[in-house]
Amino acid sequence: MENKTTGTSVGASKLKEFLGACGRFLQKYSYFFAKIGISLVTLALSVIVLFFLLRMIPGDIVELYALKLQNQQGITFDRAYELAAQLLNYDPNENIFQAFGRYVGGLFRGELGNSYLETGVSANSLIATRLPWTLFISSVSLFISFFIGIAVGGFVAQKRKGIANKVASGYIAVSGSVPDYLIALILVIVFAYQLRWFPAQNNYDAFAVTPGFNLPFLLNVLYYAFLPILSYTIVQTGNWILHMRGSCIGVLGEDYILAARARGLGERLIRRKYMKKNALLPLVTQFGVSFGALFGGATLMESIFNYPGIGLEISNRIISKDYMVVQGLIFFSAAMVILVNLVVDLIYPLVDPRVRRG
Amino acid sequence: MPEEKNFKTFCAALGRFLREEGDAFVRGLKKFFSNGKTIVGFSIILFFVLVAIFGPLIFPYDSNTDMANSYLAPSWLHPFGTDWLGRDVFRQVIAGTGSVLEIAFYSAIFTVVIGTVLGIVSGYLGGWVDKIIMAITNIFLSIPSFPIYLLLAAIVTISTPISLAVIISVWSWAGLCRSIRVQIMSLKERDFIQICTVMHMSKAHIIFKELMPNVFSYIAINFVMAMRNAIMASVGIMLVGLAAYDPTNWGAIINAARTKGLMNVKNIYILLYPLVCIIVFQIATLLLSNGLDETLNPRLKVL
Repeated sequence: MENKTTGTSVGASKLKEFLGACGRFLQKYSYFFAKIGISLVTLALSVIVLFFLLRMIPGDIVELYALKLQNQQGITFDRAYELAAQLLNYDPNENIFQAFGRYVGGLFRGELGNSYLETGVSANSLIATRLPWTLFISSVSLFISFFIGIAVGGFVAQKRKGIANKVASGYIAVSGSVPDYLIALILVIVFAYQLRWFPAQNNYDAFAVTPGFNLPFLLNVLYYAFLPILSYTIVQTGNWILHMRGSCIGVLGEDYILAARARGLGERLIRRKYMKKNALLPLVTQFGVSFGALFGGATLMESIFNYPGIGLEISNRIISKDYMVVQGLIFFSAAMVILVNLVVDLIYPLVDPRVRRG
Repeated sequence: MPEEKNFKTFCAALGRFLREEGDAFVRGLKKFFSNGKTIVGFSIILFFVLVAIFGPLIFPYDSNTDMANSYLAPSWLHPFGTDWLGRDVFRQVIAGTGSVLEIAFYSAIFTVVIGTVLGIVSGYLGGWVDKIIMAITNIFLSIPSFPIYLLLAAIVTISTPISLAVIISVWSWAGLCRSIRVQIMSLKERDFIQICTVMHMSKAHIIFKELMPNVFSYIAINFVMAMRNAIMASVGIMLVGLAAYDPTNWGAIINAARTKGLMNVKNIYILLYPLVCIIVFQIATLLLSNGLDETLNPRLKVL
């Protein structure tokens, strides 16, 4: 399309050449640009959806906040109202377009939303303090379950008649049908409250260790994170086994596996060199999507373990009606999902060149 | 006698019609129950449905407190024991079955209807409609669902199963919509649809008479899956303490026992029964959907 721009002036041949090069560049990487465009549109639309969800909230939180400010600082109500609208970045008296502009402006300045219950607390500060914990437990368990799932799934796919497959199928069925937070609840009841092997809440013992890079602290963190990681792993492993087994069974039907068998290669070698590598490709996308979903935290899981992550923060602040912060946190997790999905989409053609051509 | 003859032929025709329909019905049933998983899953779900309908009639739930009999151990009078206010846990669980099933059923219906309609429309019409619907679907897929359920449950006061079901289904149709769209798009290229288009059949005819029957099995399986997800979501919402309109719902019982303190072993016994019920029900739905999947899509059968 860029090639069609015809230069009217005489010395436009260079411009034409440049535009042509631009066009070729765009065409070559059209896949990437399309993906980026779709992600940006989705991000913009989710901002709009979240904004309208905020407008649906009953009651006037700005007025409540203004009353609080008025009492705290001893200023007139009008002044307090103005200040409240500024601090919360939300003024109910504006028309909807002005309010939307104000909200988007705040997002561009990096203000996700201030709390009106606690002064000095905002979605940004919560993300800074809570996200590392959420990412710690969820990414560790994601990696553990992914590797277990790949190993077991690949093994089981080759021995479909054996007892191992039956056990794996049973495990998949049970772990897939018990809601994840109920597994967490069972673990908390058994190991934390009855056997008292593990703590039932928090991320580390604030009285026994000092935060920082020292061995007792790290050990304490691992000790406190054991149950959450275990329950995440139990929940996710079945899913990975299922996907890996399905993918492997697909690969096992291919000709090159037959050829490898005909050459007399052992099953173990076939599994390692031929089957797993090809079966892993579709799982890369899945892994990326799961990783993107981590940033929102598992709301219920964290509230059952009382683990101070993003998810616990979201559910607590929804209950205490601190909607500005909730909106910021949900926007953040949606944005991370979109971003990670985009990265996966962009990386995938490098891993599997067939996608770009298709 | 012409009338008598007419009547006779009518009877014969009716008989033939009934026999044929009956045969088709019996064949359908045989096909439906040819799979072991389907039988087990279906009978467990049927059991829960019967409990939900007849249970409260046989064992009516009395919500009056009786502090003298709190924390009783299981006995013939109270098969699951009593809670901290002396109420029978067994009867609570039975009374909650209906509420859980209602939420699951309604939200499965809403989810499937929204997902199917939008999926078929966007897959069949294509063009701008498709682009707009897909953009909307993308939003719903990228904003995490559970916080939104909680947010909606806090914004809208939940007082009936239907309102909870609406909240759950509003944010859970997107995946179904996307997969139905893909199926429709591949069906659209097949010969029989092409012929219909060439014959200038109406779009309504093509959608309802040609496309719908072909994705029906997929919709049936997804109905069961939507029930699963609805139970997971509704129990989760109740577990946080939002949507506290029905104290006998399984999620509400679990939440109440949890907030009473898990240090006390007796509270654990109270939440054990609804927990087991949820797990059994979820396994049943999984078996039913897998069984249906194997019967209706024999090509997909992996093992």
